[in-house]
Amino acid sequence: MGFIWNFPLFTIVCSLFSGALCSILSPRAAKRYTILFEGVLILLAACVLGYTLGSGASFTYVMGEFPAPWGNEIRAGVLEALFALVFLVIMLCSVFAGERFLQKDLDESKINLYYSLVNLMTAALMALVWTNDIFTGYVFLEILTLSSCGVLIVREIGRTTLAAMRYMILNLLGSGLYLLGVVLLYDTTGHLLMVPMRTAIADIAADPANLPVLSISVGILTIGLAIKSGLFPFHFWMPDTYGKASPISAALLSSLVSKAYIFLLLKIYYRVIGPEVLEKLPIGNILLVLGMLGIIFGSVSAMLSDDINRMVAFSSAAQIGYIYMGIGIGGLAGYTAALFHMLAHAVTKSQLFLSTPRLAEVSGGNLGFRYLQGSGLRNRDAGKAFSVAALSMIGIPIFAGFASKVLFGISAVMADNTMETVCVLLVLAVSSLLNVLYFIRTMVRIYIAPTKEQVKEGKYDYRVKEGHSPSFFIPMLVLSSINVFMGLFSWIIVDLIRTGLGMFA
Amino acid sequence: MKDLFVRWLNGDLDVMDWFAQGQEGYDEPREAFKARKKELNHQIDVSEHTSELKAVTRKSFGLAYQAVAVVSCILLIGVLLYTVANLPYFGRENPRAVEVVQRYVEEGLKETGAVNIVSGMILDYRAFDTLGESHVLFTALICVLVLLRKDKKNMQSLYEDYYSITLDHYYDISGDSILHRVGMILIPSILLFGIYVILNGQNSPGGGFSGGAVMGAGLIMTAAAYGFDHVDRFFTLRFFERTTFIALTFYSFAKGYVFFMGANGLESHIPKGTPGAVLSGGLILPLDIAVGFVVMCTMFGFYSLFRRGSIGGD
Repeated sequence: MGFIWNFPLFTIVCSLFSGALCSILSPRAAKRYTILFEGVLILLAACVLGYTLGSGASFTYVMGEFPAPWGNEIRAGVLEALFALVFLVIMLCSVFAGERFLQKDLDESKINLYYSLVNLMTAALMALVWTNDIFTGYVFLEILTLSSCGVLIVREIGRTTLAAMRYMILNLLGSGLYLLGVVLLYDTTGHLLMVPMRTAIADIAADPANLPVLSISVGILTIGLAIKSGLFPFHFWMPDTYGKASPISAALLSSLVSKAYIFLLLKIYYRVIGPEVLEKLPIGNILLVLGMLGIIFGSVSAMLSDDINRMVAFSSAAQIGYIYMGIGIGGLAGYTAALFHMLAHAVTKSQLFLSTPRLAEVSGGNLGFRYLQGSGLRNRDAGKAFSVAALSMIGIPIFAGFASKVLFGISAVMADNTMETVCVLLVLAVSSLLNVLYFIRTMVRIYIAPTKEQVKEGKYDYRVKEGHSPSFFIPMLVLSSINVFMGLFSWIIVDLIRTGLGMFA
Repeated sequence: MKDLFVRWLNGDLDVMDWFAQGQEGYDEPREAFKARKKELNHQIDVSEHTSELKAVTRKSFGLAYQAVAVVSCILLIGVLLYTVANLPYFGRENPRAVEVVQRYVEEGLKETGAVNIVSGMILDYRAFDTLGESHVLFTALICVLVLLRKDKKNMQSLYEDYYSITLDHYYDISGDSILHRVGMILIPSILLFGIYVILNGQNSPGGGFSGGAVMGAGLIMTAAAYGFDHVDRFFTLRFFERTTFIALTFYSFAKGYVFFMGANGLESHIPKGTPGAVLSGGLILPLDIAVGFVVMCTMFGFYSLFRRGSIGGD
């Protein structure tokens, strides 16, 4: 075993340590330390990705001296390393680009505490990505829940506090359901580590009399994670939570936190239950239907909202629907599409949430569409960043959104049920149309200069302009290039995901 | 239709307008409409008919909501009862189910050096989970600090400050002579008991989490009986931050070291000690002490923050 095997452990333990360290540093030092530290973590994750690609197999790392069924384990393959890498890059970009708003939203004496929460969130994200034990998953799920409530609540406006309360209650309900599912599975199998659990579940599922109990326990666990990630009937917390949060928080919550929950769910499906057993349970079809409903309802709500952040947040609900639809279709094609879309959406959505507050900033701080007239001309960087992300969301070729829609189409065609194929293709078409409608509408709005009457009416000063600021431009450039890379060379990412799925189970 | 589309494009269309189309004045820009509505609401008393209608809709919605909630709760209870009744017998379909438990019970003392198997399990076999668990507490602490610690932003006026201080004085029970007497007997024994529970975590039920909670309760009682001034002498914000930081850092790195050595097949050179003695169980005792400090600080920190919005009266 190489020295690189230790990197996941270093990532998690050092992130936890950084969380404690930032609470005693000065605000400025905490910010510098966090940025430097995230950079180091990106290097570590890249090393792990290179190593697992080179060796062609995943490795299991025993936490301590006690091996598999007795002690904890973490496990790293291509897929885990890829997700860790993308998550960390997005995190670094968000911290860079949204940092200026943090100083407005939060008193200066508390900024180091915010970075402390960000580091704890990193630790939890990394642990959820690397873990090979479903109870470790629960513990770090709790850290993730609490730290995301913390980053949400820093903006002390009434609406945000209310949104944070609602978010916390729903998330704790989700955690409780997940824990209930874990308890039921532990009771039937007697194991908590994923690999021994899988053999036990295969034994149990051989007897059809046990299938109802198994599907209830897996179903409870799925509902818990679906509430936390915002699948259709549980998506009502999204617009306030994402729309009213401080920009870094909105970007982190919408693009990373919800994805980490789905990644854990996929890991449980693939590694603990196994595709063969999963096919016997009725869960896939339910997820498919809920995903499709989520796409339609999310898009319609986005179209009807009159505030740009609410619109982007509702479009998040639709994109989460896409991911669950991919999981529902199942099979290699479905999972590949879902995983690809998770990456594409993470990159795109963080860019949207980081550019909208800058557009609002040059429009008198208003997020309503009527005020945003010509804001893309007043802050050109933010306008470009928003447009790139919006085009990707719509699914224009050369952007990542196009590739993921093609992948969803392929997975739908490969499904063996004709009804399923037709429904999925229909939903894809309708939702693309709706996406075009509401994103093009926004882009038209931000790129048409305000009329003379509007200027005369003088709702706010239209002459406020925002120049070129590298702390915003560079992260957006990084995110946009990842986006275009994923669109142009999607086969590289798809290959990585396929290789990763091969060593995932 | 075209007009509608143009207004939607301009962001002037409110969803509610769809329903208000037939009504007078729907063409007005939204803000003017809202302002006038507000004005009208002030001027005119709502007619009996409307208020009745409103009450009816609210009531029927509330009833439907309650009915749905009750039905779904009953459904969930039914499903869970069904599941429990039909759970496969432990170990019958799956003979490997007991292997983990068996190893913990039979080999636990030898492998971890702790008489209390639960301590051995959470701090040695599955130490990674407990590392996360202690940071869950820390995360909650940071959230409460962000939310409740007084700063320029969340204390807007002098009046608010004055009001909370007077209220606090009104409900303050410190200085009560009965409380003083009882505290003199109880507080030392509570703190001693907490220390005992922490130090004997590897030998008897208890450990860092429970012992820390007991000690935190002792500190809270001191603050309640003798006033915050007495506790503030040593429990300042500086002390609080430093203690939590040192305890958590020690925990992370000590456990990180053990994970690293164990995974790489190296000897960690941590003596197990004689089972049953205070100095036994390898790293369990120092880890329990670290967790105890974190829990104690968290408990008292919560009390102090919720009571007066600061730690150590900064």
